[in-house]
Amino acid sequence: MVNTIDKTDAGTPGVQQTYFRHLAEGRFVIQCCAACSHYVFYPRAYCPHCGSDRLEWVEASGKGVIYSYSIVRRKPEAGGDYNVVLVDLEEGVRCMSRIEDVAPDEIDIDMPVQAYIEQTDSGPVLLMKKRGRDQ
Amino acid sequence: MISLKQLRGAVAIVGVGQAGCGEAKGRTEMEILAEASHKAVADAGLRMSDIDGLATASSSSAMWPLSVVEYLGLNPRFVDSTMIGGSSFVSHTMPALLALASGQCDAVLVCYGSTQRTAVMNRSEIKRARRQLEPHPFEEVYEPLPPLTSYALAARRYMHQYGATRRDLAEVAVAARKWAQLNPEAFRRDPLSIDDVLNARMVSDPLSVLDSCLVTDGAGAFVMVRADRARDLPQKPAYILGSATATWNKQISAMPDLTVTAARDSGARAFEMAGVTPADVDVAELYDAFTINTLLFLEDLGFCKKGEAAAFVRDGGIAPGGHLPVNTNGGGLSCVHPGMYGAFIMIEAVRQLRGQCGERQIDNARIALVHGNGGTLSSQATAVLGTQATL
Repeated sequence: MVNTIDKTDAGTPGVQQTYFRHLAEGRFVIQCCAACSHYVFYPRAYCPHCGSDRLEWVEASGKGVIYSYSIVRRKPEAGGDYNVVLVDLEEGVRCMSRIEDVAPDEIDIDMPVQAYIEQTDSGPVLLMKKRGRDQ
Repeated sequence: MISLKQLRGAVAIVGVGQAGCGEAKGRTEMEILAEASHKAVADAGLRMSDIDGLATASSSSAMWPLSVVEYLGLNPRFVDSTMIGGSSFVSHTMPALLALASGQCDAVLVCYGSTQRTAVMNRSEIKRARRQLEPHPFEEVYEPLPPLTSYALAARRYMHQYGATRRDLAEVAVAARKWAQLNPEAFRRDPLSIDDVLNARMVSDPLSVLDSCLVTDGAGAFVMVRADRARDLPQKPAYILGSATATWNKQISAMPDLTVTAARDSGARAFEMAGVTPADVDVAELYDAFTINTLLFLEDLGFCKKGEAAAFVRDGGIAPGGHLPVNTNGGGLSCVHPGMYGAFIMIEAVRQLRGQCGERQIDNARIALVHGNGGTLSSQATAVLGTQATL
């Protein structure tokens, strides 16, 4: 497990630290480029589309659909099977995540999901839950 | 300015060597790399002291070429260690070609070795160390199996978009095994059926253990010189007609479309430099880290249209006797896969063009296509090789 809590207060937080600090405070933010209007995820120092440094933090809707998924097989004693999903957020960016509280055979491509944040001992984690199509 | 088309056929591969393929118990990766390198140099009719250019890469050492230089006693005028995963050794052909064509050096050794199967430090320890050295905080927290789950995500999306099935993926594994059965050097040669693949232990849905490449040891090396010198050496030269590399992303979550790889770009540029088309290819060596790779690369390189690879491979389409010989050594799925496999597809293509492949030899093979993949479908390198007759 990657520890996403920054262990030092030294210096001005960079974009990656800023992202995880927002997440630790319960906000899922992504970037929007003031120069070319593209949304950007994961957070960058410069826009990968136009090169601008005018990337502004915006609260993400957290609404998305599953682009692809895989069920990773793991021995029950090691914690059992788990899923890995790629989610297309409605802002037009993609992220990796895990969908919780859904039976493996229920997971499908194009399934609507809603992001939420779980605070764990090793830091905040962005997770997904099922969402109704009209939600 | 000199154009790439003018460099078509300017250099050739004149020596190849392998060592420690399968299991190299008790030996280090440098020891088997050195054996493969010395074999390649001897095969070229040269001496190690003739080598004045080096291209090599390692997935664990940060300054690997320095260790190779020291171990082999080289004093190179050209060093390249571009590390873009398993495709690296296909990709190395372009900087090596440019260094040879410009006269920067006269003989380049491209080499790789790994003892990942039998080494004391096992693969899970290596993966843990790698995570610490180079974290990917936007993916690793979800624990995708590196690299298998990324390929599984691509396979799942491809199946959804184009209606391909696990049976279609299994065709790729079965074809590879049939070629391996014709290759005495292949690691896995026991019979394999479609049902065996479908019933194999699932690892990361929809990819089973038999949709995945082998975990073997092995070292591979090849030697490149300019064409004028190649003609005077003992082996039939395999000329580099075209070479191109394309990379669009590293992480699978940053890949724009999981059903289209950068092979579309590398392939188009390599074919353009070579002045040939997929229809001209006699034998194709496509980096099959997982069964989905072969389907994607057949499409992205232009052997069939997007979404049609399942039909292309069905009923033994790429197996011995099919309409296109693919992965004639048995591939990463059944022949050898020591972590990075790019050098071995180069070697197999050279051997096919020389006519040294015994039972699996393709009649009158004149043009061979080599396609290397690296990372999680992240880097793509294509080389077109040809015999003297294709110049």
